[in-house]
Amino acid sequence: MKRGYRRLAATISLAAMAVMLAGCGDKMGVLNPKGTVGKEQLDLIMISTVLCLIIVVPTIVMAFWIAWKYRIKRKQKADYDPEWSHSTKIEAFMWGIPVLIIIVLAGVTIHYTYKLEPSKPLESEHEPITIQVASLDWKWLFLYPEQGIATVNYLQFPEDVPVRFELTSDAPMNSFWIPQLGGQIYTMSGMAMKLHLIADEPGEYYGSGANFSGEHFGEMNFIAKATSQEEFDQWVQEVKDGSEALTQEGYNELALPGVTEELSFSSFPEGLFDWIVVKYGSGGHSGHSATEAESDSAESGEGSDEHAGHAAALPAGQSETETGSEQHAHH
Amino acid sequence: MWQNIKDFAADFFVTGDPLIYGADVAIVLTMSAIVFVLTYFKKWKWLWTEWLTTVDHKRIGIMYVIASLLMLFRGGMDALLMRTQLVMPEMEFLSPEHYNEIFTTHGVIMILFMAMPLMFGLFNLVVPLQIGARDVAFPFLNSLSFWLFFAGAMLFNISFVIGGSPNAGWLAYPPLSGTMFNPGVGQDFYIWGIQISGIGSLATGINFIVTILKMRAPGMKLMKMPMFSWSVLGSCLAIILAFPILTVTLALSFIDRYFGAHFFTLDGGGNPMMYINLIWMWGHPEVYIVVLPAFGIFSEIVATFARKKLFGYKSMVFAIMAISVVSFITWAHHFFTMGSGADVNAFFAVSTMIIAIPTGVKVFNWIFTMFKGKVSFETPMLWTVLGFIPCFVVGGMTGVMLSVAPADFQFHNSYFLIAHFHQTLIGGVVFGYIAGLVYWWPKVFGFKLNEKLGKWSFWFWNIGFYVCFMPQYVVGLMGMTRRVSTYSWDSGWWGLNLVSTIGGFLMGAGFLIMVWQILHSIKFMERDTTGDPWNGRTLEWSIPSPAPMYNFARTPVVEHLDDWWEKKQRKAKGEPEKPLAPLEPIHMPKNSGIPIIMSGFWFLAGFGLVFDWLWMAIPGFLGVFACMFAHSFNYDTDYYIPVDEIERTEAAARGTV
Repeated sequence: MKRGYRRLAATISLAAMAVMLAGCGDKMGVLNPKGTVGKEQLDLIMISTVLCLIIVVPTIVMAFWIAWKYRIKRKQKADYDPEWSHSTKIEAFMWGIPVLIIIVLAGVTIHYTYKLEPSKPLESEHEPITIQVASLDWKWLFLYPEQGIATVNYLQFPEDVPVRFELTSDAPMNSFWIPQLGGQIYTMSGMAMKLHLIADEPGEYYGSGANFSGEHFGEMNFIAKATSQEEFDQWVQEVKDGSEALTQEGYNELALPGVTEELSFSSFPEGLFDWIVVKYGSGGHSGHSATEAESDSAESGEGSDEHAGHAAALPAGQSETETGSEQHAHH
Repeated sequence: MWQNIKDFAADFFVTGDPLIYGADVAIVLTMSAIVFVLTYFKKWKWLWTEWLTTVDHKRIGIMYVIASLLMLFRGGMDALLMRTQLVMPEMEFLSPEHYNEIFTTHGVIMILFMAMPLMFGLFNLVVPLQIGARDVAFPFLNSLSFWLFFAGAMLFNISFVIGGSPNAGWLAYPPLSGTMFNPGVGQDFYIWGIQISGIGSLATGINFIVTILKMRAPGMKLMKMPMFSWSVLGSCLAIILAFPILTVTLALSFIDRYFGAHFFTLDGGGNPMMYINLIWMWGHPEVYIVVLPAFGIFSEIVATFARKKLFGYKSMVFAIMAISVVSFITWAHHFFTMGSGADVNAFFAVSTMIIAIPTGVKVFNWIFTMFKGKVSFETPMLWTVLGFIPCFVVGGMTGVMLSVAPADFQFHNSYFLIAHFHQTLIGGVVFGYIAGLVYWWPKVFGFKLNEKLGKWSFWFWNIGFYVCFMPQYVVGLMGMTRRVSTYSWDSGWWGLNLVSTIGGFLMGAGFLIMVWQILHSIKFMERDTTGDPWNGRTLEWSIPSPAPMYNFARTPVVEHLDDWWEKKQRKAKGEPEKPLAPLEPIHMPKNSGIPIIMSGFWFLAGFGLVFDWLWMAIPGFLGVFACMFAHSFNYDTDYYIPVDEIERTEAAARGTV
């Protein structure tokens, strides 16, 4: 009878693995990184997995082995000892080994936590390119302040060049994630977060919003395409020549809840990103904008209430999506 | 007039979805059937005096268990609807909005209206018996706790057919849950459903702390207390520290929604991140609150079925307390990706990993309890050794992997996370509570559950579990994020999702077999006359099953850890038993209708506030105060059971009449 179950389980898991492998290959995301950050994160995942397995595998084996060895039906019963309930030696091992493993893992984790802090610029011979990201309901807006172009749900940048993402949100919080390039960071209104990623080779990488943000959140996917510098420059030129400009009115309309296809714009209102950030600033302090805040320190999230000083410099054209933050901003 | 009524009804009832119309019909039919049966068999009075007004902890426990199994069915249906929607790419079974509502209610119901009440049910069924007490410290409050949970759960559940369900996720992050993005009533149902039942949870926490600290049988020092009671103490201490945070958080978000304040809004200086910190300061301890008692259950079961003392009792106690304390300083690991910086992330990463140490120690303790034992594999032990240990160890391992902050940037909000917490919550909490239910079932009802069906159910649950959640780890690493209602054909996620859905339905089958097992056993199982069918170790097995109303005819005097086992050993050795003390009249609390009436008023108040109907909310709150007032001046709350009645009950229970 039991053998029947086990066969069933084995068949099902084999079938499962076959189906899994059929769909894989280049779809493996986190396990197939194409950038320095993603690769180091994969290393860390591997290190932590191995450290855990050192303790997990023997534990499971021991559990089954002891349960089986001392089952009631076995022949020899001499070593039944119902009073045996303490052994300092065993207890020392069972506290000691997990403590040791956690110490090692904690050391590794702390090291990598500082090394891979997402707001820290990446070392590279190339100058980083800045891309500003805003999560809207339910689409991704990408602004290229150096190139002066903007795209929606589509991202392109040169390979081997560090990309410095500046992120905010003009909608409920979301999370910006391109698994093959590296880990995600939240996009939050009233804040400008930073995330540095790099693509080591050309390719089209799947990106998405990872934090639930309402009805059509599931459709907030985009392609992040890494190309050669020439192809990138060419693409920028094409966008500049072949697309319309994004106006403030156009932005206000874009920010309304809804789903869109990929879009591109030849220009966008200056300071749009800062405007989105300060729109939700809580007011009170005079401060500097996200792009001016070049501190690149670990405390990238602290920009939240430092932007209200710019409230006076808001572009004209308040839309119906405005939330009335101006009325509430205290000066 | 007619038009007005029609307009109102169109707003008030959820319309436009055939699934919901089906549910409407089912609800009306079920309610009518219940009313008909109660009326036809003239059972209304019996229901009221024996059950609805009872303050007996055992009956309250049974009502908790029944309610939570119903909620398990509801939450499970939600899960299967979701898995059906995800069975293939671009599926159009549920609309995105409906999907969002379903994952929200699935999460809330499973944690707050299934796991919590099932846990409270087991507390009630077991703790007083295990520590040799006649009842809990505050029997009236205990009944009130149950009815508050029930009122909260009902309020939350009717949102499904009236007004519309909440849709902002089980922790309802603002601003998504604020009026700006969520103007409907769903979120208000969320706030009041949880708030009302949360008051009950807090009261239960206080009740059981006092019960355990003050009402143990003479001689039962804390270090002679059974492990389940220890785990309940740990869990309740966490409840009284964590639940006030939830109460305040929900109250602030109510003030935001109802009075237009700006605690957590996007605009006006609100800070949604503050909500996320607060909700996780409750939410993280909450998962340990529900899993600690499961650890206690496994400890009892392993010792009983290995016929051996629990290995490392002191380690176990220390581990439970360590877990319940450390669980309060790990909350920020739920948002490593919020950019708090390396210092904060490093702190919370390490504090999270530290929890793995006492948890790991407990696993070793269970394993070494079997060492040199005589291990038998009845269903409760099957759940423990074959179900729980491997599942929880792997789930714990992926938890440690998630706690590695820089790696978490890649796991966060993905299906990897979903697989992890289902593995610990199902493998730990659900498996534990099912094991506990099967284990203590004969004590509560006087007969065992059918073993064969129990084993079938076990295998369906277990195989279903792995088939369902192992693919989710992989699909998470492929980039699939949680809460997406659909995905594309070229994502490569189809196969894994298909397998996962099959697993979900296997678990559903496991649940159905469990229900069948219970019904079959009610009809066919033989009565257990020993009161001790598993050859147990602790006090609850020393009295007849089901336990008489007053639990212990004579207050037990405890000398050892596992006192009942030691007594049986001495008896087997032929040592003379101590002479029994004479019976004395037993002091008992009287039933009271106030808890259920007061909870009814809470329900009215909550419902009124959800719909902004002050004409209903204000009388609701007045009713609540009137009930408090009435109870304060009620001096007729107790009575004595005379000795001859105790003698008759004992004789009948032991079959010696």
